Amino acid sequence: MNKPQAPSERSLIEQFLDDNVLFLGPDPDIMSDHSVSIPNDREVSAVKAWGDRADDINLIRNRLQTACNESFDMVEQMGAAPGAKWGDLIAGIFSCQGDLSMSSAGGVLIFSVLAQHPVKFALKYWKDEPTVGINDGDIFMHNDARYGNIHNTDQSLCLPVFHEGEIVCFVGTIVHEGENGACEPGGMPGGAESPYDEGLKMPPLKVGENFEFRKDLLTFLQNSVREPKLQLEGMKSKLHASLRIKKRVEEIIKDYGVDAFLATVRGTLTDTEMEVRRRLRTWPDGKVQSNVFADSTLRENVLIKIRCEVIKKDDELIIDLRGSSPQFLNRANNTVLASMKGMLAQLFLMFVWPDLPRNQAVFAPISVLTDPGSALNCSPEAPNAQSMMTFFPAFTAVQSAIPKLLFAAGYRSTDIIACWYNMITTFVYGGYSQHQEFVGNVCADLNGMGGAARATRDGEHSIAPIFASMADIGEQELIEEEVPMMKLVPHKVMVDNCGFGKQRGGHGYQQIVTHKDTQAWGYMVNTIGAKFPSTYGIFGGYAPGCYPLCKVKDVNVFEVMKDNRDLMRFTIEEIMNKQPFPDATYSSHHAGLQFELAEQGELYMITQGGGGGYGDILERDPADIAKDWADGIVSKNTIENIYHVVMDYGTGALDQQATDKARAAERKARLARAKPFKEFAAEWTKATPPENLPFYGSWDDPAVLHLGSPDKTCPADAIEPVMMPDPKDVEIARLKAELAALKSI
Amino acid sequence: MSDTTAMSDKKAMSGDETMSELSGVTIEDGKVAITEYLSIDLDKETWHCRRCDQNLGSARGPYKEALVVYEREPADIHDPVIDPKKYAFTYSPDPDWCRIIEYYCPQCATQMEVEYLPPGHPLTLNDLVLDIDSLKARHRADGQSADSEQGSSK
Repeated sequence: MNKPQAPSERSLIEQFLDDNVLFLGPDPDIMSDHSVSIPNDREVSAVKAWGDRADDINLIRNRLQTACNESFDMVEQMGAAPGAKWGDLIAGIFSCQGDLSMSSAGGVLIFSVLAQHPVKFALKYWKDEPTVGINDGDIFMHNDARYGNIHNTDQSLCLPVFHEGEIVCFVGTIVHEGENGACEPGGMPGGAESPYDEGLKMPPLKVGENFEFRKDLLTFLQNSVREPKLQLEGMKSKLHASLRIKKRVEEIIKDYGVDAFLATVRGTLTDTEMEVRRRLRTWPDGKVQSNVFADSTLRENVLIKIRCEVIKKDDELIIDLRGSSPQFLNRANNTVLASMKGMLAQLFLMFVWPDLPRNQAVFAPISVLTDPGSALNCSPEAPNAQSMMTFFPAFTAVQSAIPKLLFAAGYRSTDIIACWYNMITTFVYGGYSQHQEFVGNVCADLNGMGGAARATRDGEHSIAPIFASMADIGEQELIEEEVPMMKLVPHKVMVDNCGFGKQRGGHGYQQIVTHKDTQAWGYMVNTIGAKFPSTYGIFGGYAPGCYPLCKVKDVNVFEVMKDNRDLMRFTIEEIMNKQPFPDATYSSHHAGLQFELAEQGELYMITQGGGGGYGDILERDPADIAKDWADGIVSKNTIENIYHVVMDYGTGALDQQATDKARAAERKARLARAKPFKEFAAEWTKATPPENLPFYGSWDDPAVLHLGSPDKTCPADAIEPVMMPDPKDVEIARLKAELAALKSI
Repeated sequence: MSDTTAMSDKKAMSGDETMSELSGVTIEDGKVAITEYLSIDLDKETWHCRRCDQNLGSARGPYKEALVVYEREPADIHDPVIDPKKYAFTYSPDPDWCRIIEYYCPQCATQMEVEYLPPGHPLTLNDLVLDIDSLKARHRADGQSADSEQGSSK
């Protein structure tokens, strides 16, 4: 038996271990903490000196905010990546302790709460590290989500700003750059089976000194991705935009002194948190629940439960997501907890309090509970490039629950809103451009998600992505100059493509694409919700429907249409149902498409989702339905059998009397077909998931998680990670069984 | 920018004051509006339908227990866009994976809630549980009684 160690011996061992760290992985203390740092002595003295000079502080705040917006515009104008051009970025100012205090008003608001981790890592580990250090002129970059941010297609760059030898802040930008050298082109590999399939993974890394990139590191980074010129261009635009904020900070320090600057940066964080707490106090105390079901890992259809309970007490909010699905260790749909917090935070920044400054203090009074090892709090060994496939549904779970507290709040700065469409429905592409360059990136069409219905008005059509209040979808003509993709139908609204309700959700557009004049070209699609809707309505409003991927293969539409242009149809419905191209192969699939090479002239078709509906369909103003009919976005079937409205389809005139009668009959029918809750629940509720459903997550008890079957479970506090079989192996096994059955006949 | 201006102004004006906790709350017929279709009578501690005033049971318990419920075929609401005879994925939910549960007021039949659930999944009974004591205390502290018809309507 070993002798107990003497205290001196133990301390010697601890000292040895501290001095010989073998690997600086993500720091759990940094990654798990989204609160604002406790003010240090320098910040305290600055706030003491300037805290009561509200007018000056306000002027400085405005100048800093303008600097962030200016820097945002610079990246948007200079950046070459589609994400940069169409606003998938932010520019911001971090406190001397690394907290994000201010960021650009537009862009990807998720970044506002999860950009601080790499800066804090650099401060904790590199500042006093003799081989690294933090000096004036240093340039740091980062893209590994395990050290912060969303996924490694986003690259961040930050610079320390010094004044008289002390770090007074960091300034930086974060951009969705796209291509990152993953197993699939374009930067968001749905097919990644480990973190090592996901391409370039930079922990916080010093990439330059004296405001210049180190050529050796730059060359290494360029060699790590498929678009080396884009990598350089992205780094340069981020550097120069950051330098502009630095310049503005220095101007402010010159005009007001460093204490005024420090007091403003710190005060903005303190004020924001105080204001959030004040607003939360006006919400009723209580708890609300919701459940959301993601229907795919992007490779196979499975049912992934997100369980949500939101508890409001005094000036705090607790978001409890325990009981949600376990992680999938060889699928890319796992979420790093810090990434999910960023997504949840932007729910409040974009849909609850859009008047607040964009900074991390907005989320400070909010706690998040998850099961370690779940799909919402995955381990470092789990791939996370498509974390959106679980954190978007988690966002929706919270978005559908919050209105039940917010409706009776004493203070609101927005209307009550249903659930925004929540999937990045667009094409990721890869291949040779018409300029003979290999490219891989994402189409900005994902930014055209359908807006949700609000209490007082319908949702807007294809208005904005769920993660950014202001982002563009780009100009198709400009895109066609760069890549050989052609959108035969770029953005056409689809009939009935929204959540119905008293107020309906906004519609999403359908897209039909093909390509020509390229040696090789292929597509990916990263969307779930082809079997089970991913987005929901509230207060009796319905979800939008489901969204598949449709293909027309074994055809070259350019050849076919040379002599017969009339063959082309301009809606997915017509192409798929009428099958106008002879000898072509028509098929529909779930919309998790791993990179697939396609032939010139083949058609790939997807539909951007609609927003959730608000309220009872029978309360929708018939005049609004007549307008939707005139706009061509609602069908006769929906008017008659869902909204129960009677109108003349030729003139658009409403028959109010007949509508009242039809609606009264429907109310009577509802009561006739429905059952009292207890009776219904007794018939409906089953003890376990159905045999035929690959169900992951808790069923009735959040402490017990199902692992794809009614019988296989694990405790939520000791999760067994899920390993999925290769879909090709599954298909081979199915075919073998079929063959064996045939042979036995 | 106006966001930060507004922020600063509010702080400058308010100091340590707290905004009225009830300034945006709707009070109608002596009841506090809680959602689009639910209100609470604080004196009687009961849930009510905001359309027909039907009593929906104790506000300390789940209002859903007082509602009537119907299981809806998903294709009734989400009509397939492409031919289900030809294609596996049609824009309509897979009925083996997803069912729509509709909750109606037992008196006026207003559709108060809709849930999309896998077949047999437990219903979300406690989707809204408020701290009634805290709610009553807030209204008393704000000088408003549930009988006073105060409060603005949003």
